[in-house]
Amino acid sequence: MKVVVCTKQTPSTTAVFTVDANGHVSWDDPGGKPNIVNPWDEYAIEEAIRLKENHGATDAIALTVGSEESKDALKTCLAMGCTEAILVSDSAFDGSDTVGTARVLAAAINKIGDVQIAVFGNRAIDGDTGLTPVQVARKLGWTPLTYVSAIKEISNGQITVERLLDDGKETVTAPLPVVISVVKEINEPRYPSFMGIRKANRATIPVWTAADLEVDGATGAEAAKVNWGHVYAPPPREGSVEIIEGETIEEKVRKLVDKLFEEKVI
Amino acid sequence: MIDFSLTEEQLAAAEMVREFAAKEVYPTIKEYDRKQEMNPDVLPRMAELGILGINIPVRYGGQGFDYITLGLVCEELERVDTTLRVVMSVHMGLNSMGILQWGTEEQKQRFLTPQAKGEKYAAFCLTEPGAGSDVAAMRSTARRDGDDYIINGEKMWISLATKADHFLWFAKTDPNAQPPHKGITAFMVTRDMPGVTSGDIHGKLGVRAGSTGWVHCDNVRVPAANRIGEEGEGFKIAMSCLDNGRYTVAAGATGLIRACLEDSVKYAQERHTFGKPIAQHQLVQQKLAWMQQWYDCARLLYLRVGWMKNQGIRNTREVSMAKWYATDHSFKAAHEAVQIHGAYGYSDEYDVERYLRNSRGAIIYEGTSEIHQLMQAGYVLGERKDKPLRCELPAYDPEFWQAEG
Ligand SMILES: Cc1cc2nc3c(=O)[nH]c(=O)nc-3n(C[C@H](O)[C@H](O)[C@H](O)COP(=O)(O)OP(=O)(O)OC[C@H]3O[C@@H](n4cnc5c(N)ncnc54)[C@H](O)[C@@H]3O)c2cc1C
Ligand SMILES: Cc1cc2nc3c(=O)[nH]c(=O)nc-3n(C[C@H](O)[C@H](O)[C@H](O)COP(=O)(O)OP(=O)(O)OC[C@H]3O[C@@H](n4cnc5c(N)ncnc54)[C@H](O)[C@@H]3O)c2cc1C
Repeated sequence: MKVVVCTKQTPSTTAVFTVDANGHVSWDDPGGKPNIVNPWDEYAIEEAIRLKENHGATDAIALTVGSEESKDALKTCLAMGCTEAILVSDSAFDGSDTVGTARVLAAAINKIGDVQIAVFGNRAIDGDTGLTPVQVARKLGWTPLTYVSAIKEISNGQITVERLLDDGKETVTAPLPVVISVVKEINEPRYPSFMGIRKANRATIPVWTAADLEVDGATGAEAAKVNWGHVYAPPPREGSVEIIEGETIEEKVRKLVDKLFEEKVI
Repeated sequence: MIDFSLTEEQLAAAEMVREFAAKEVYPTIKEYDRKQEMNPDVLPRMAELGILGINIPVRYGGQGFDYITLGLVCEELERVDTTLRVVMSVHMGLNSMGILQWGTEEQKQRFLTPQAKGEKYAAFCLTEPGAGSDVAAMRSTARRDGDDYIINGEKMWISLATKADHFLWFAKTDPNAQPPHKGITAFMVTRDMPGVTSGDIHGKLGVRAGSTGWVHCDNVRVPAANRIGEEGEGFKIAMSCLDNGRYTVAAGATGLIRACLEDSVKYAQERHTFGKPIAQHQLVQQKLAWMQQWYDCARLLYLRVGWMKNQGIRNTREVSMAKWYATDHSFKAAHEAVQIHGAYGYSDEYDVERYLRNSRGAIIYEGTSEIHQLMQAGYVLGERKDKPLRCELPAYDPEFWQAEG
């Protein structure tokens, strides 16, 4: 059983989103921090490695559709413990919307072959649509299991997971293969290990191009149905701080609760 | 040829340690500092992550990275708290690297391997209540008795006193030797030996989230197989251990300067006086510029030493300079950082008061600043020369370091 973890490289969590007069988007980190593995994906990578460690998966393969620089993110996956990493990169994919990206990911997963579980993060901190996992599932014809907070059991060609939803938890079973997207409650991601760092830096990461894949459907900017007509940075949120005074903790809490009622927070 | 670039591996290792310290240590550091206790998870996690064996060859249970990486790791650790770096100074610099340099193959298997794996924690027992800078004045004794030595003595100001399992202990096998330092011998004393007791000292100015204490040996029977080096070689061994310990202190103090700088830059941009951020006042800018200068100098000095160690070049003078410069300037940087924070810097709401307290100790341990000045003057005047040692610290050889056993 092979497990694939789909991950993308994103700007750092401290990067500042700006749009210039021509509508050109940039994410520069004021402290010069480099791009990183999409933070949500750390949970997916961890889970893929655990599927290998605890559920008998033979491979935990990290997969990215992106530019050459995304290799840095893939190295982090290898340093954490993924067995392999594959970059899919081709100018034909530039400007793809999530459907285009999903078509490429699905084709790559098919090419890898014998994949039973494709793990995703819940969303990406930049694009932030959360659409990619379900669209990949649709392309592959596999069951999508979103908001997964625990993998309970894998046996007899089935997987049982717990999903964390707004109104509670739900346990569901589906036949393999599946696409799952995970929430951060699922695990505590490990750091890259020193040995892993060394291994990752020596690994050669294969790059697949459009010619290597049988992508079903159109990709690239031309084919994108999503139109980024008007992009702007939201105005910074104004906040104010109020310190609640009182003689005792009880009094302060009472005042706080009153305030929260007043503001209709509770 | 000079090459100032660091490898991706070195940078990734430092990044991993930065993340560990920020996520697992920083959130509770004030609490433990106030309680004067060590966070019980720190040592086991440093062990588990391999930090305690970072630059030891894989065949001895380490991670096989080079000496420069050790420096970068120490910088990252002390960026968050000095006590983390102190662990590396004694466990790695003063003890494990001493065994790597002076130990027999059998001793490396028996002591270094469990230390590098983090199964055993290691300390360095040189200082005594009556002997600090004047090492040769030590009173601890080791008397030969058949295949054993009987050790008696009291060591003071020992980092990890109550946490360590292995103590590199210096004692006089010949109390009448002339000159007196020729009578000193090194031993590996282990906590499980009957007669070993220890305790922590409370009420320290800084490194309060760490363990510093006393270790006592009362007629402790130590097998001769635990003697490190020859009889009478202890002083040389202690001094070469200090060449390694001082490297970690220099790199760590550099991290402390960075901490002062980063926190000060942030605060100076937030705090307003006279209608503008204080970062716009030139006298505040001057302090920030100084800190950047001190950081750059300290970092260059320790990286040069790391490079020399990688090459297998003796670095007693250079490491003394790096340690002296970085620790003196980390104290200055902390002092200026408190000043930039005004009254807030004077309270433990911010971290800079802890930086100030923590920076102070390093001007005393591993050679006081006065001792380093005497050393530098000695070199300048040609009165001090480093003679080759029977065992030198091995140069970093990636093939040897990274090969499995
Ligand atoms: C700067 C910028 C410019 C863009 N320009 C355009 C544009 O011109 N036209 C347009 O239509 N769209 C554009 N996009 C959106 C782009 O299509 C999406 O970022 C991408 O398809 C993934 O969607 P998402 O970021 O919402 O990921 P989500 O769906 O929120 O991510 C969910 C999961 O899918 C994984 N995933 C997402 N993408 C990949 C990938 N490439 N490889 C592997 N795993 C992946 C994530 O890592 C995560 O685990 C742009 C995005 C950015 C940040
Ligand atoms: C937090 C902490 C952790 C420590 N950890 C360890 C440890 O793990 N292992 C260990 O063995 N020791 C440890 N030490 C002890 C440390 O190494 C000694 O404190 C140090 O060597 C100085 O010795 P001393 O305190 O006896 O001072 P002294 O040697 O008594 O010196 C007192 C003062 O006199 C000055 N002085 C002394 N001689 C001269 C001279 N010739 N010329 C000019 N000035 C001189 C000194 O610079 C100093 O200012 C630690 C100390 C501290 C504070």
